[in-house]
Amino acid sequence: MAALLEVRGLRAGFDTDTGYIEVLDGVSFELAAGETLGLVGESGCGKSVSALSVMNLLPQPAGKITAGSIGFQNRDLVTLPKEEFHDVRGNRISMIFQEPMTALNPVHRVGNQIIEAVKLHEPNLSSAIARRRALEMLERVGIPAPDQRLKEYPHQLSGGMRQRVMIAMALTMQPDLLIADEPTTALDVTIQAQILDLLREMQRESGMAILFITHDLGVIAELCDRVTVMYAGCVVEQATVTQLFSTPRHPYTQGLLRSIPRLDATPKQPLTTIPGTVPALIDMPAGCRFRNRCLNAEDDCELRSPDLIHAAGRQIACHHPVAEVMP
Amino acid sequence: MKESLLQVRGLKKYFPVRGGVFLRRIGNVQAVEEVSFSVERGKTLGLVGESGCGKSTVGQTILKLHKPTAGEIFYEGQDIAAMNRAELKAFRRDVQIIFQDPFESLNARHTVSRILEEPFVIHEMGTAAERRRWAGDLLNRVGLQVDALDRFPHEFSGGQRQRIGIARAIALKPKLVVCDEAVSALDVSIQSQVINLLMDLQREMNLALIFIAHDLAVVKHVSDDIAVMYLGKIVEQADAQEIYAFPRHPYTKALLSAIPIPDPSRRGERIILSGDVPSPIHPPNGCRFHTRCPHAVDQCRSVEPTEELVNEGHRVACHFWNELADRNAVG
Repeated sequence: MAALLEVRGLRAGFDTDTGYIEVLDGVSFELAAGETLGLVGESGCGKSVSALSVMNLLPQPAGKITAGSIGFQNRDLVTLPKEEFHDVRGNRISMIFQEPMTALNPVHRVGNQIIEAVKLHEPNLSSAIARRRALEMLERVGIPAPDQRLKEYPHQLSGGMRQRVMIAMALTMQPDLLIADEPTTALDVTIQAQILDLLREMQRESGMAILFITHDLGVIAELCDRVTVMYAGCVVEQATVTQLFSTPRHPYTQGLLRSIPRLDATPKQPLTTIPGTVPALIDMPAGCRFRNRCLNAEDDCELRSPDLIHAAGRQIACHHPVAEVMP
Repeated sequence: MKESLLQVRGLKKYFPVRGGVFLRRIGNVQAVEEVSFSVERGKTLGLVGESGCGKSTVGQTILKLHKPTAGEIFYEGQDIAAMNRAELKAFRRDVQIIFQDPFESLNARHTVSRILEEPFVIHEMGTAAERRRWAGDLLNRVGLQVDALDRFPHEFSGGQRQRIGIARAIALKPKLVVCDEAVSALDVSIQSQVINLLMDLQREMNLALIFIAHDLAVVKHVSDDIAVMYLGKIVEQADAQEIYAFPRHPYTKALLSAIPIPDPSRRGERIILSGDVPSPIHPPNGCRFHTRCPHAVDQCRSVEPTEELVNEGHRVACHFWNELADRNAVG
């Protein structure tokens, strides 16, 4: 598989008043052209920091990448000079965020913001053509009366409409990779269904790859080809979506899948839980970071942290994975 | 027929929209429109719908946090609008609420012991030593250690804070707890812990719950009955099993089919509704759902549907629920 994006051993973190705190502890994943990879995990597991690292958007000056590489189209994004990054970000890789209200500028008309994005990347375009391109994009993402919408301000649009505008803006440059960081989390389910449908359609048309970050396993099952599961700054399992949901091998993945209330489950029965809580970043246990909550944990889990190893078409970081065959 | 713990009849709540120089009332947000339901002792009613459908307003109005514009709420057969001071105090002991955001609903300047003892202080129960012991018991009950008593809310994680919120809600042994998106802000592994805790408490204390949430899988798991709201109205209500197996209202069907199922082999045909929920300031005429309904005809645009009985306990407000059911059966 020729990878479009190849993240290897990425370590990143933040300088704080109390010292450097590491958030990513050697994260690796890859993404092929045209593929949809889901990055899933609970709050604080480092999925958004991974995405921001790819975009070179870690908050400055606190955030920094300390080790690892991010290969993208024969370039290493970690060492890429700032000027050259301009060609990657926006042109080749675009990003959409959870809360489109904070991603859009509230004092500028929607149209001008899209036109600005178009012109930034193609400075020689006339205003009329840039405007027409913006209009076309709004039409493509299914915004009714786009002519009217161009003149409106972000607060005049609903949450779903705003996310459509963000998608329109992200896709104007026909990127090879779209990073979507919880793009539907703030939306209602019926609107979420619309946006997921739209992303699928846009991908079919353009052939772009999508890195989809979410905590919602339902959305992953719905949209993704492969899944990377993160826990406390590490990748714990990586598999195709079918493998992961039918035979999760890492105890954390299994616990996560079992904790979700399901529509077809017997109601009012106690749900399976993962005991305890995620350890704090400043107080990570030695060895495997999941061992305090793990039912399979043994002595060796404390001694050394498990590497992400290839096993039967997937990758797992666990000394004592769940047996492949599920009863 | 035995008396319901809580009965809501024709509840209506409008909020004024003010404008102009003198901030005169220029319109109304019709947050809740003619809502009726009842809650039985020890049972859970799930209230679901999308943002702005009025589900939280219903919950808050039951607690008397809002004065209803019209309609009646009966608690143990008594109209809560007509209660005197003593009756109200008893009512407020019996009916509690848990909020979505445990970061905002606990006073950051108070220790956990002060937060948990406050209900006893207000209701003049026990001595200081007793109150502290009770607070410790409550913490144990929700799965926290007694040493948490002298700490502040910010020292806890989201899940632990929600447990403190639950401890406060059950302090006075209530009969009804309104859970307003109580688990929505929590991660899945923590969410399942809190849901289990709520179900345990319900069994032990014979608590009735009104479970307000937008996550339908969670609501189905905890509820006995479910009411689906759209733009201030209940469009369908039934037994939880029934409504998931045989949804009648086109909105319920679309809502159910829009939930992403955590099983890639069931990636399938979704009913995708077009457009957004209309503004509750100017709700559509006729059936409020007609602007997004795939089956809407002229009648839906002019005539508002009334609630019809599908079978005992299953009510739906749609002109064509019967025909749609037949059509589905044939197709």
